[in-house]
Amino acid sequence: MIRINNLTKRYEKLTAVDNLSLNIEQSEVFGLLGINGAGKTTVIHMLSTLLKPTSGSATVNGFDIQKEPEKVRSSIGIVFQVPSSDDLLTGYENLQIHAMLYGVDPDMREKRIKDALELVGLTERKDDQVKKYSGGMRRRLEIARGLIHSPKVLFLDEPTLGLDPSSRETMWKYIQQLVKQEKLTIILTTHYMEEADMLCNRIGIMDKGKIIALDTPTNLKLMLGGDIVKLKLKKQDSDISILKDLQCVKKIELLDGYVILGVDDAKKNIPEILKHVEAESVESSSPTLSDVFLKLTGKNIKEQAEGGFMERYVQYDKH
Amino acid sequence: MYNMTSIRVYADKIYALWLREVKVFFREKSRLVASTFTPLLWLFVIGSGFSSSTSVATHLDYQKFIFPGIICMSVVFSSVFFGSYIIWDRKFDFLKSVMVAPVSRSTIFTGKTFGGMTNSLIQVSILLVVGLIIGVQFSPLALIQTVVIVLLLSFALTSLGLTLGSYMTSLEGFQMIISFVVFPLFFLSGALFPIDKLPQWLSILTTVDPVTYAVDALRNIILGIGSHSLGLDLIILLLYSCVLGALGTYSFKRMKAV
Repeated sequence: MIRINNLTKRYEKLTAVDNLSLNIEQSEVFGLLGINGAGKTTVIHMLSTLLKPTSGSATVNGFDIQKEPEKVRSSIGIVFQVPSSDDLLTGYENLQIHAMLYGVDPDMREKRIKDALELVGLTERKDDQVKKYSGGMRRRLEIARGLIHSPKVLFLDEPTLGLDPSSRETMWKYIQQLVKQEKLTIILTTHYMEEADMLCNRIGIMDKGKIIALDTPTNLKLMLGGDIVKLKLKKQDSDISILKDLQCVKKIELLDGYVILGVDDAKKNIPEILKHVEAESVESSSPTLSDVFLKLTGKNIKEQAEGGFMERYVQYDKH
Repeated sequence: MYNMTSIRVYADKIYALWLREVKVFFREKSRLVASTFTPLLWLFVIGSGFSSSTSVATHLDYQKFIFPGIICMSVVFSSVFFGSYIIWDRKFDFLKSVMVAPVSRSTIFTGKTFGGMTNSLIQVSILLVVGLIIGVQFSPLALIQTVVIVLLLSFALTSLGLTLGSYMTSLEGFQMIISFVVFPLFFLSGALFPIDKLPQWLSILTTVDPVTYAVDALRNIILGIGSHSLGLDLIILLLYSCVLGALGTYSFKRMKAV
Protein backbone atom coordinates (compact mmCIF):
# COMPACT_ATOMS: atom_id res chain seq x y z
CA MET A 1 0.00 0.00 0.00
CA ILE A 2 2.91 2.28 0.74
CA ARG A 3 6.38 1.87 -0.76
CA ILE A 4 9.13 4.17 0.40
CA ASN A 5 12.52 4.16 -1.34
CA ASN A 6 15.48 6.04 0.10
CA LEU A 7 13.27 8.94 1.06
CA THR A 8 15.33 11.87 2.33
CA LYS A 9 14.48 15.34 3.56
CA ARG A 10 17.39 17.63 4.23
CA TYR A 11 17.18 21.15 5.56
CA GLU A 12 20.18 23.43 5.54
CA LYS A 13 21.98 21.80 8.39
CA LEU A 14 19.62 19.12 9.53
CA THR A 15 18.73 15.84 7.90
CA ALA A 16 15.18 15.30 9.12
CA VAL A 17 14.64 12.03 7.25
CA ASP A 18 17.66 10.05 6.22
CA ASN A 19 17.44 7.52 3.37
CA LEU A 20 14.29 5.90 4.64
CA SER A 21 13.06 2.74 2.92
CA LEU A 22 9.96 0.95 4.09
CA ASN A 23 6.99 -1.03 2.81
CA ILE A 24 3.64 -0.93 4.50
CA GLU A 25 1.06 -3.51 3.52
CA GLN A 26 -2.67 -3.20 3.13
CA SER A 27 -4.76 -3.23 6.33
CA GLU A 28 -1.67 -2.86 8.44
CA VAL A 29 -1.65 -0.58 11.46
CA PHE A 30 1.87 0.71 11.34
CA GLY A 31 3.41 2.79 14.10
CA LEU A 32 6.25 5.24 13.76
CA LEU A 33 7.64 5.58 17.23
CA GLY A 34 10.19 8.18 18.22
CA ILE A 35 10.92 11.21 20.33
CA ASN A 36 10.09 14.72 19.13
CA GLY A 37 12.34 15.65 16.24
CA ALA A 38 13.01 12.06 15.18
CA GLY A 39 11.49 12.82 11.77
CA LYS A 40 8.10 11.11 12.10
CA THR A 41 5.99 14.10 11.12
CA THR A 42 8.33 14.92 8.24
CA VAL A 43 7.71 11.42 6.87
CA ILE A 44 3.95 11.93 7.13
CA HIS A 45 4.19 15.34 5.47
CA MET A 46 6.14 13.91 2.57
CA LEU A 47 3.80 10.95 2.12
CA SER A 48 0.79 13.26 2.17
CA THR A 49 2.42 15.48 -0.52
CA LEU A 50 2.60 18.53 1.72
CA LEU A 51 6.39 18.52 1.66
CA LYS A 52 8.72 17.76 -1.23
CA PRO A 53 11.44 15.20 -0.51
CA THR A 54 15.04 16.23 -1.11
CA SER A 55 15.66 12.87 -2.74
CA GLY A 56 14.18 9.39 -2.95
CA SER A 57 10.65 8.41 -3.87
CA ALA A 58 7.50 6.89 -2.49
CA THR A 59 4.15 5.63 -3.68
CA VAL A 60 0.88 5.64 -1.77
CA ASN A 61 -1.93 3.42 -3.02
CA GLY A 62 0.14 2.94 -6.18
CA PHE A 63 0.49 6.67 -6.91
CA ASP A 64 3.81 8.48 -6.90
CA ILE A 65 3.83 11.25 -4.29
CA GLN A 66 5.64 13.65 -6.59
CA LYS A 67 4.16 12.81 -9.98
CA GLU A 68 0.53 12.25 -8.97
CA PRO A 69 -0.01 14.31 -5.82
CA GLU A 70 -3.74 14.85 -6.32
CA LYS A 71 -4.37 11.12 -6.68
CA VAL A 72 -2.33 10.49 -3.54
CA ARG A 73 -4.37 13.12 -1.71
CA SER A 74 -7.63 11.52 -2.84
CA SER A 75 -6.41 8.19 -1.45
CA ILE A 76 -5.48 9.40 2.02
CA GLY A 77 -7.08 10.81 5.11
CA ILE A 78 -4.96 12.64 7.61
CA VAL A 79 -5.25 13.73 11.21
CA PHE A 80 -2.70 16.40 11.99
CA GLN A 81 -0.87 16.85 15.25
CA VAL A 82 -2.73 20.10 15.87
CA PRO A 83 -6.48 19.88 15.23
CA SER A 84 -7.21 21.85 12.09
CA SER A 85 -10.99 22.03 11.98
CA ASP A 86 -12.58 25.44 11.75
CA ASP A 87 -13.57 26.65 15.22
CA LEU A 88 -16.44 28.78 14.01
CA LEU A 89 -18.09 26.00 12.05
CA THR A 90 -20.06 23.17 13.59
CA GLY A 91 -18.76 19.62 13.52
CA TYR A 92 -21.30 18.81 10.83
CA GLU A 93 -20.31 21.79 8.69
CA ASN A 94 -16.64 20.90 8.90
CA LEU A 95 -17.43 17.42 7.62
CA GLN A 96 -19.79 18.74 4.96
CA ILE A 97 -17.18 21.13 3.57
CA HIS A 98 -14.50 18.48 3.52
CA ALA A 99 -16.82 15.97 1.86
CA MET A 100 -17.29 18.49 -0.93
CA LEU A 101 -13.57 19.24 -1.15
CA TYR A 102 -12.91 15.54 -1.56
CA GLY A 103 -15.56 15.21 -4.22
CA VAL A 104 -17.72 12.76 -2.27
CA ASP A 105 -20.77 11.89 -4.37
CA PRO A 106 -23.65 14.22 -3.31
CA ASP A 107 -26.00 11.25 -2.92
CA MET A 108 -23.56 9.58 -0.54
CA ARG A 109 -22.57 12.70 1.36
CA GLU A 110 -25.21 12.75 4.07
CA LYS A 111 -24.79 9.07 4.82
CA ARG A 112 -21.00 9.32 4.97
CA ILE A 113 -21.22 12.28 7.35
CA LYS A 114 -23.76 10.49 9.53
CA ASP A 115 -21.66 7.30 9.67
CA ALA A 116 -18.46 9.18 10.41
CA LEU A 117 -20.09 11.15 13.22
CA GLU A 118 -21.47 7.96 14.68
CA LEU A 119 -18.16 6.16 14.49
CA VAL A 120 -16.44 8.84 16.57
CA GLY A 121 -19.41 9.35 18.87
CA LEU A 122 -20.15 12.96 17.98
CA THR A 123 -23.66 12.61 16.58
CA GLU A 124 -25.23 14.47 19.51
CA ARG A 125 -22.80 17.37 19.28
CA LYS A 126 -22.74 17.72 15.52
CA ASP A 127 -24.52 21.08 15.48
CA ASP A 128 -22.27 22.72 18.07
CA GLN A 129 -19.47 24.99 16.96
CA VAL A 130 -16.10 23.29 17.23
CA LYS A 131 -14.87 25.94 19.67
CA LYS A 132 -17.20 24.40 22.24
CA TYR A 133 -15.60 20.95 21.84
CA SER A 134 -13.12 19.46 24.28
CA GLY A 135 -9.64 18.49 23.13
CA GLY A 136 -10.64 14.84 22.78
CA MET A 137 -13.77 15.68 20.80
CA ARG A 138 -11.76 17.82 18.41
CA ARG A 139 -9.41 14.95 17.73
CA ARG A 140 -12.32 12.64 17.12
CA LEU A 141 -13.84 15.13 14.71
CA GLU A 142 -10.52 15.18 12.87
CA ILE A 143 -10.67 11.42 12.55
CA ALA A 144 -14.22 11.62 11.23
CA ARG A 145 -13.04 14.23 8.74
CA GLY A 146 -10.14 12.06 7.71
CA LEU A 147 -12.56 9.21 6.95
CA ILE A 148 -15.27 11.15 5.16
CA HIS A 149 -14.09 10.21 1.67
CA SER A 150 -13.42 6.51 2.48
CA PRO A 151 -9.65 6.78 2.06
CA LYS A 152 -7.41 3.77 1.54
CA VAL A 153 -4.80 5.05 3.96
CA LEU A 154 -5.28 7.02 7.16
CA PHE A 155 -2.41 8.97 8.71
CA LEU A 156 -2.67 9.76 12.39
CA ASP A 157 0.03 12.17 13.50
CA GLU A 158 0.26 11.98 17.29
CA PRO A 159 -3.49 11.42 17.66
CA THR A 160 -3.48 11.67 21.44
CA LEU A 161 -0.86 14.35 21.99
CA GLY A 162 -1.88 16.63 24.82
CA LEU A 163 -4.97 14.67 25.80
CA ASP A 164 -5.64 13.72 29.40
CA PRO A 165 -5.37 10.00 30.23
CA SER A 166 -9.09 9.27 30.06
CA SER A 167 -9.56 11.06 26.72
CA ARG A 168 -6.55 9.17 25.47
CA GLU A 169 -8.14 5.87 26.37
CA THR A 170 -11.39 6.90 24.68
CA MET A 171 -9.39 7.79 21.59
CA TRP A 172 -7.70 4.39 21.60
CA LYS A 173 -11.08 2.75 21.84
CA TYR A 174 -12.28 4.64 18.77
CA ILE A 175 -9.14 3.87 16.80
CA GLN A 176 -9.42 0.17 17.63
CA GLN A 177 -13.05 0.20 16.59
CA LEU A 178 -12.03 1.87 13.36
CA VAL A 179 -9.49 -0.80 12.62
CA LYS A 180 -12.18 -3.42 13.11
CA GLN A 181 -14.87 -1.73 11.02
CA GLU A 182 -13.03 -0.20 8.10
CA LYS A 183 -10.42 -2.12 6.16
CA LEU A 184 -7.96 0.71 6.34
CA THR A 185 -4.22 0.94 6.28
CA ILE A 186 -3.24 3.16 9.19
CA ILE A 187 0.06 4.90 9.78
CA LEU A 188 0.33 6.35 13.21
CA THR A 189 3.09 8.40 14.75
CA THR A 190 3.44 8.64 18.47
CA HIS A 191 5.90 9.05 21.25
CA TYR A 192 3.67 7.22 23.69
CA MET A 193 4.99 3.69 23.87
CA GLU A 194 1.81 2.17 25.32
CA GLU A 195 -0.11 3.68 22.44
CA ALA A 196 2.07 2.06 19.81
CA ASP A 197 2.01 -1.21 21.73
CA MET A 198 -1.75 -1.25 22.04
CA LEU A 199 -2.70 -0.17 18.53
CA CYS A 200 -0.03 -1.27 16.06
CA ASN A 201 0.67 -4.54 14.23
CA ARG A 202 4.12 -3.38 13.38
CA ILE A 203 6.35 -0.66 14.70
CA GLY A 204 9.27 1.25 13.23
CA ILE A 205 11.38 2.94 15.86
CA MET A 206 12.73 6.21 14.48
CA ASP A 207 15.75 8.07 15.69
CA LYS A 208 17.53 10.93 13.94
CA GLY A 209 15.68 10.40 10.68
CA LYS A 210 16.34 6.67 10.46
CA ILE A 211 14.35 3.60 11.30
CA ILE A 212 16.54 1.74 13.76
CA ALA A 213 14.23 -1.17 14.49
CA LEU A 214 11.26 -2.60 12.65
CA ASP A 215 9.12 -5.44 13.94
CA THR A 216 5.94 -6.42 15.72
CA PRO A 217 5.58 -5.06 19.25
CA THR A 218 5.94 -8.60 20.63
CA ASN A 219 9.16 -9.31 18.76
CA LEU A 220 10.60 -5.95 19.72
CA LYS A 221 9.98 -6.77 23.35
CA LEU A 222 11.50 -10.22 22.93
CA MET A 223 14.71 -8.48 21.88
CA LEU A 224 15.18 -7.67 25.54
CA GLY A 225 15.23 -11.27 26.64
CA GLY A 226 11.65 -11.84 27.76
CA ASP A 227 9.90 -11.18 31.06
CA ILE A 228 11.58 -10.57 34.37
CA VAL A 229 10.87 -12.85 37.32
CA LYS A 230 12.08 -11.88 40.76
CA LEU A 231 12.33 -14.62 43.40
CA LYS A 232 13.07 -14.47 47.10
CA LEU A 233 14.31 -17.90 48.09
CA LYS A 234 13.33 -19.60 51.33
CA LYS A 235 16.87 -20.66 51.90
CA GLN A 236 19.46 -18.11 50.80
CA ASP A 237 22.00 -20.75 49.88
CA SER A 238 19.69 -23.01 47.83
CA ASP A 239 21.15 -24.46 44.71
CA ILE A 240 19.81 -22.52 41.77
CA SER A 241 22.10 -24.01 39.16
CA ILE A 242 19.25 -26.29 38.06
CA LEU A 243 17.38 -23.23 36.77
CA LYS A 244 20.09 -22.73 34.19
CA ASP A 245 19.02 -25.93 32.51
CA LEU A 246 15.41 -24.85 32.09
CA GLN A 247 14.61 -23.94 28.53
CA CYS A 248 12.48 -20.96 29.43
CA VAL A 249 15.14 -19.28 31.56
CA LYS A 250 17.41 -17.02 29.55
CA LYS A 251 19.32 -15.19 32.24
CA ILE A 252 20.07 -15.50 35.94
CA GLU A 253 21.42 -12.79 38.18
CA LEU A 254 21.62 -12.26 41.91
CA LEU A 255 20.85 -8.98 43.58
CA ASP A 256 20.37 -8.12 47.27
CA GLY A 257 19.38 -11.67 48.16
CA TYR A 258 16.93 -11.90 45.25
CA VAL A 259 17.25 -14.09 42.19
CA ILE A 260 16.43 -12.19 39.01
CA LEU A 261 15.51 -14.33 36.02
CA GLY A 262 14.99 -13.47 32.39
CA VAL A 263 12.12 -15.75 31.34
CA ASP A 264 10.14 -16.38 28.17
CA ASP A 265 6.43 -16.05 28.84
CA ALA A 266 6.62 -15.74 32.61
CA LYS A 267 2.92 -16.36 33.22
CA LYS A 268 3.10 -19.80 31.71
CA ASN A 269 6.50 -20.81 33.04
CA ILE A 270 6.51 -19.62 36.66
CA PRO A 271 4.92 -22.89 37.94
CA GLU A 272 7.66 -24.81 36.15
CA ILE A 273 10.33 -22.69 37.79
CA LEU A 274 8.76 -23.11 41.19
CA LYS A 275 8.96 -26.85 40.88
CA HIS A 276 12.72 -26.56 41.09
CA VAL A 277 13.23 -23.97 43.79
CA GLU A 278 11.39 -23.05 46.96
CA ALA A 279 10.53 -19.40 46.97
CA GLU A 280 9.09 -17.15 49.64
CA SER A 281 7.81 -14.63 47.12
CA VAL A 282 7.58 -14.32 43.35
CA GLU A 283 7.09 -11.20 41.25
CA SER A 284 7.06 -10.93 37.50
CA SER A 285 6.96 -8.05 35.05
CA SER A 286 6.91 -7.78 31.27
CA PRO A 287 9.18 -5.47 29.34
CA THR A 288 7.45 -2.56 27.66
CA LEU A 289 8.24 -0.80 24.46
CA SER A 290 9.70 1.94 26.62
CA ASP A 291 12.41 -0.48 27.59
CA VAL A 292 13.03 -1.39 23.98
CA PHE A 293 13.11 2.25 23.05
CA LEU A 294 15.47 3.13 25.83
CA LYS A 295 17.76 0.35 24.80
CA LEU A 296 17.76 1.26 21.12
CA THR A 297 17.94 5.03 21.25
CA GLY A 298 19.47 5.57 24.66
CA LYS A 299 23.12 6.43 24.92
CA ASN A 300 25.63 3.75 24.09
CA ILE A 301 26.55 3.35 27.72
CA LYS A 302 23.22 1.71 28.34
CA GLU A 303 23.65 -0.61 25.44
CA GLN A 304 27.04 -1.64 26.68
CA ALA A 305 25.63 -2.41 30.10
CA GLU A 306 24.66 -5.98 29.21
CA GLY A 307 21.49 -5.20 27.30
CA GLY A 308 20.22 -3.09 30.12
CA PHE A 309 18.93 -6.18 31.83
CA MET A 310 19.91 -5.20 35.35
CA GLU A 311 18.96 -1.65 34.69
CA ARG A 312 15.50 -2.72 33.77
CA TYR A 313 15.27 -4.63 36.94
CA VAL A 314 16.35 -1.64 38.98
CA GLN A 315 13.73 0.43 37.15
CA TYR A 316 10.98 -1.99 37.98
CA ASP A 317 12.05 -2.13 41.54
CA LYS A 318 11.39 1.56 41.88
CA HIS A 319 7.77 1.21 40.81
CA MET B 1 -12.13 14.87 -20.09
CA TYR B 2 -14.39 17.68 -18.92
CA ASN B 3 -17.64 15.81 -18.51
CA MET B 4 -20.53 16.90 -16.35
CA THR B 5 -19.33 15.02 -13.29
CA SER B 6 -15.93 16.63 -13.18
CA ILE B 7 -17.45 20.08 -13.67
CA ARG B 8 -19.89 19.40 -10.83
CA VAL B 9 -17.11 18.19 -8.56
CA TYR B 10 -15.08 21.30 -9.38
CA ALA B 11 -18.07 23.56 -8.70
CA ASP B 12 -18.64 21.74 -5.39
CA LYS B 13 -15.07 22.42 -4.33
CA ILE B 14 -15.33 26.13 -5.08
CA TYR B 15 -18.72 26.21 -3.35
CA ALA B 16 -17.31 24.47 -0.27
CA LEU B 17 -14.45 26.97 0.04
CA TRP B 18 -16.85 29.87 -0.51
CA LEU B 19 -19.41 28.52 1.95
CA ARG B 20 -16.80 28.30 4.67
CA GLU B 21 -15.76 31.93 4.16
CA VAL B 22 -19.32 33.22 4.19
CA LYS B 23 -20.25 31.25 7.31
CA VAL B 24 -17.16 32.42 9.13
CA PHE B 25 -17.88 35.99 8.01
CA PHE B 26 -21.30 35.98 9.62
CA ARG B 27 -20.09 34.26 12.77
CA GLU B 28 -17.18 36.54 13.50
CA LYS B 29 -19.50 39.13 14.98
CA SER B 30 -16.82 41.53 16.16
CA ARG B 31 -15.14 41.61 12.77
CA LEU B 32 -18.46 42.15 11.04
CA VAL B 33 -19.56 44.96 13.35
CA ALA B 34 -16.18 46.71 13.24
CA SER B 35 -15.85 46.58 9.50
CA THR B 36 -19.33 48.00 9.02
CA PHE B 37 -18.97 50.63 11.69
CA THR B 38 -15.69 52.18 10.49
CA PRO B 39 -16.96 53.40 7.09
CA LEU B 40 -20.07 54.81 8.75
CA LEU B 41 -17.87 56.72 11.17
CA TRP B 42 -15.99 58.23 8.25
CA LEU B 43 -19.12 59.02 6.34
CA PHE B 44 -20.86 60.76 9.21
CA VAL B 45 -18.03 62.27 11.23
CA ILE B 46 -15.57 63.25 8.51
CA GLY B 47 -18.37 63.79 6.03
CA SER B 48 -20.39 66.08 8.25
CA GLY B 49 -17.40 67.71 9.91
CA PHE B 50 -15.78 68.78 6.66
CA SER B 51 -19.02 69.69 4.95
CA SER B 52 -19.09 73.00 6.82
CA SER B 53 -15.47 74.01 6.27
CA THR B 54 -14.30 72.51 2.98
CA SER B 55 -15.17 73.94 -0.37
CA VAL B 56 -14.88 70.98 -2.64
CA ALA B 57 -14.83 71.97 -6.28
CA THR B 58 -18.33 70.69 -6.85
CA HIS B 59 -21.80 71.82 -6.10
CA LEU B 60 -22.35 68.76 -3.89
CA ASP B 61 -22.15 68.66 -0.16
CA TYR B 62 -19.03 66.93 1.10
CA GLN B 63 -20.83 64.01 2.66
CA LYS B 64 -22.35 63.01 -0.66
CA PHE B 65 -19.08 63.71 -2.42
CA ILE B 66 -17.17 61.21 -0.31
CA PHE B 67 -19.91 58.59 -0.39
CA PRO B 68 -18.39 56.70 -3.38
CA GLY B 69 -15.00 56.96 -1.68
CA ILE B 70 -16.40 55.46 1.51
CA ILE B 71 -17.86 52.54 -0.45
CA CYS B 72 -14.40 51.93 -1.88
CA MET B 73 -12.86 52.30 1.55
CA SER B 74 -15.09 49.56 2.84
CA VAL B 75 -14.03 47.36 -0.09
CA VAL B 76 -10.33 48.15 0.44
CA PHE B 77 -10.45 47.28 4.11
CA SER B 78 -12.59 44.18 3.84
CA SER B 79 -10.78 42.76 0.79
CA VAL B 80 -7.19 43.27 1.84
CA PHE B 81 -7.93 42.10 5.37
CA PHE B 82 -9.84 39.12 4.09
CA GLY B 83 -6.93 38.12 1.88
CA SER B 84 -4.29 38.49 4.51
CA TYR B 85 -6.47 36.51 6.90
CA ILE B 86 -4.98 33.38 5.41
CA ILE B 87 -2.14 33.98 7.86
CA TRP B 88 -4.66 32.92 10.51
CA ASP B 89 -5.88 29.99 8.46
CA ARG B 90 -2.28 28.95 8.26
CA LYS B 91 -1.63 29.48 11.93
CA PHE B 92 -4.62 27.38 12.94
CA ASP B 93 -3.77 24.75 10.36
CA PHE B 94 -7.09 25.00 8.58
CA LEU B 95 -5.25 25.84 5.37
CA LYS B 96 -3.13 22.72 5.75
CA SER B 97 -6.25 20.59 5.90
CA VAL B 98 -7.46 22.20 2.67
CA MET B 99 -4.10 21.81 0.96
CA VAL B 100 -3.99 18.12 1.77
CA ALA B 101 -7.35 17.64 0.05
CA PRO B 102 -7.40 16.88 -3.68
CA VAL B 103 -7.97 20.53 -4.52
CA SER B 104 -5.58 22.48 -6.73
CA ARG B 105 -4.03 25.66 -5.47
CA SER B 106 -5.73 27.74 -8.14
CA THR B 107 -9.08 26.32 -7.01
CA ILE B 108 -8.32 27.27 -3.42
CA PHE B 109 -7.40 30.74 -4.65
CA THR B 110 -10.63 31.07 -6.63
CA GLY B 111 -12.78 29.89 -3.72
CA LYS B 112 -11.07 32.37 -1.43
CA THR B 113 -11.48 35.34 -3.77
CA PHE B 114 -15.17 34.51 -4.25
CA GLY B 115 -15.49 34.54 -0.49
CA GLY B 116 -13.75 37.92 -0.28
CA MET B 117 -15.93 39.38 -3.01
CA THR B 118 -19.08 38.19 -1.26
CA ASN B 119 -17.97 39.74 2.01
CA SER B 120 -17.30 43.07 0.33
CA LEU B 121 -20.61 42.99 -1.45
CA ILE B 122 -22.51 42.41 1.79
CA GLN B 123 -20.79 45.35 3.45
CA VAL B 124 -21.35 47.58 0.46
CA SER B 125 -25.05 46.66 0.45
CA ILE B 126 -25.33 47.99 3.99
CA LEU B 127 -23.63 51.22 2.92
CA LEU B 128 -25.91 51.61 -0.09
CA VAL B 129 -28.92 51.47 2.23
CA VAL B 130 -27.28 54.12 4.39
CA GLY B 131 -26.70 56.14 1.19
CA LEU B 132 -30.42 56.10 0.46
CA ILE B 133 -31.02 57.45 3.95
CA ILE B 134 -28.66 60.39 3.47
CA GLY B 135 -30.28 61.13 0.13
CA VAL B 136 -28.05 59.53 -2.49
CA GLN B 137 -30.24 58.38 -5.36
CA PHE B 138 -29.57 55.63 -7.78
CA SER B 139 -31.22 54.09 -10.79
CA PRO B 140 -31.37 50.29 -11.18
CA LEU B 141 -28.68 50.60 -13.87
CA ALA B 142 -26.45 52.56 -11.52
CA LEU B 143 -26.94 49.87 -8.91
CA ILE B 144 -25.84 47.13 -11.31
CA GLN B 145 -22.85 49.19 -12.43
CA THR B 146 -21.90 49.81 -8.80
CA VAL B 147 -22.01 46.10 -8.06
CA VAL B 148 -19.75 45.37 -11.04
CA ILE B 149 -17.17 47.96 -9.96
CA VAL B 150 -17.29 46.76 -6.35
CA LEU B 151 -16.77 43.14 -7.43
CA LEU B 152 -13.86 44.06 -9.70
CA LEU B 153 -12.12 46.14 -7.04
CA SER B 154 -12.77 43.49 -4.45
CA PHE B 155 -11.36 40.76 -6.68
CA ALA B 156 -8.19 42.78 -7.32
CA LEU B 157 -7.64 43.65 -3.67
CA THR B 158 -8.54 40.24 -2.27
CA SER B 159 -5.95 38.85 -4.67
CA LEU B 160 -3.46 41.41 -3.39
CA GLY B 161 -4.23 40.47 0.22
CA LEU B 162 -3.96 36.75 -0.53
CA THR B 163 -0.66 37.34 -2.32
CA LEU B 164 0.79 39.24 0.63
CA GLY B 165 -0.64 36.74 3.10
CA SER B 166 0.84 33.79 1.25
CA TYR B 167 4.34 35.16 1.76
CA MET B 168 3.91 36.01 5.42
CA THR B 169 4.36 33.58 8.23
CA SER B 170 3.76 35.69 11.31
CA LEU B 171 0.84 37.73 12.49
CA GLU B 172 3.11 40.73 12.97
CA GLY B 173 3.07 41.17 9.21
CA PHE B 174 -0.58 42.09 9.56
CA GLN B 175 0.24 45.47 11.08
CA MET B 176 2.62 46.16 8.21
CA ILE B 177 -0.15 45.50 5.72
CA ILE B 178 -2.44 47.98 7.47
CA SER B 179 0.19 50.73 7.52
CA PHE B 180 1.83 50.19 4.17
CA VAL B 181 -0.94 48.80 2.01
CA VAL B 182 -4.44 49.47 3.30
CA PHE B 183 -4.08 53.10 4.39
CA PRO B 184 -2.03 54.25 1.36
CA LEU B 185 -4.46 52.54 -1.02
CA PHE B 186 -7.33 54.36 0.61
CA PHE B 187 -5.80 57.80 1.18
CA LEU B 188 -4.14 58.05 -2.24
CA SER B 189 -7.30 57.09 -4.09
CA GLY B 190 -8.91 60.48 -3.94
CA ALA B 191 -11.71 58.97 -1.89
CA LEU B 192 -11.73 62.08 0.28
CA PHE B 193 -10.72 64.78 -2.22
CA PRO B 194 -10.97 65.55 -5.93
CA ILE B 195 -7.88 64.40 -7.80
CA ASP B 196 -7.87 67.06 -10.52
CA LYS B 197 -5.72 69.74 -8.93
CA LEU B 198 -3.19 67.82 -6.87
CA PRO B 199 0.54 68.58 -6.58
CA GLN B 200 2.51 66.47 -9.03
CA TRP B 201 4.05 64.00 -6.56
CA LEU B 202 0.64 63.18 -5.16
CA SER B 203 -0.88 63.04 -8.59
CA ILE B 204 1.59 60.34 -9.63
CA LEU B 205 0.74 58.23 -6.63
CA THR B 206 -3.00 58.51 -7.16
CA THR B 207 -2.52 57.49 -10.79
CA VAL B 208 -0.85 54.22 -9.73
CA ASP B 209 -3.44 53.40 -7.08
CA PRO B 210 -6.09 51.03 -8.49
CA VAL B 211 -8.61 52.29 -5.96
CA THR B 212 -8.52 55.71 -7.67
CA TYR B 213 -10.29 54.25 -10.67
CA ALA B 214 -12.96 52.54 -8.61
CA VAL B 215 -13.66 55.77 -6.72
CA ASP B 216 -13.78 57.67 -10.00
CA ALA B 217 -16.04 55.06 -11.58
CA LEU B 218 -18.46 55.17 -8.67
CA ARG B 219 -18.50 58.97 -8.76
CA ASN B 220 -19.36 58.74 -12.43
CA ILE B 221 -22.10 56.24 -11.72
CA ILE B 222 -23.61 57.62 -8.55
CA LEU B 223 -22.94 61.35 -8.68
CA GLY B 224 -22.41 61.89 -12.38
CA ILE B 225 -19.03 63.54 -11.87
CA GLY B 226 -15.62 62.04 -12.58
CA SER B 227 -12.09 62.81 -13.67
CA HIS B 228 -11.91 59.98 -16.21
CA SER B 229 -14.55 58.37 -18.34
CA LEU B 230 -16.32 55.35 -16.89
CA GLY B 231 -14.93 53.23 -19.74
CA LEU B 232 -11.34 54.09 -18.92
CA ASP B 233 -11.92 53.41 -15.21
CA LEU B 234 -13.38 50.04 -16.07
CA ILE B 235 -10.52 49.04 -18.39
CA ILE B 236 -7.85 49.97 -15.85
CA LEU B 237 -9.69 48.09 -13.09
CA LEU B 238 -9.92 45.05 -15.35
CA LEU B 239 -6.19 45.23 -16.04
CA TYR B 240 -5.39 45.45 -12.34
CA SER B 241 -7.71 42.52 -11.65
CA CYS B 242 -5.98 40.35 -14.23
CA VAL B 243 -2.49 41.21 -13.03
CA LEU B 244 -3.26 40.81 -9.33
CA GLY B 245 -5.32 37.67 -9.93
CA ALA B 246 -2.45 36.09 -11.85
CA LEU B 247 0.04 37.16 -9.20
CA GLY B 248 -2.16 35.67 -6.48
CA THR B 249 -2.56 32.36 -8.28
CA TYR B 250 1.18 32.17 -8.80
CA SER B 251 1.86 32.98 -5.15
CA PHE B 252 -0.58 30.30 -4.04
CA LYS B 253 1.10 27.72 -6.21
CA ARG B 254 4.48 28.34 -4.70
CA MET B 255 3.21 28.71 -1.13
CA LYS B 256 4.64 26.08 1.21
CA ALA B 257 2.07 23.88 2.87
CA VAL B 258 4.04 23.20 6.04
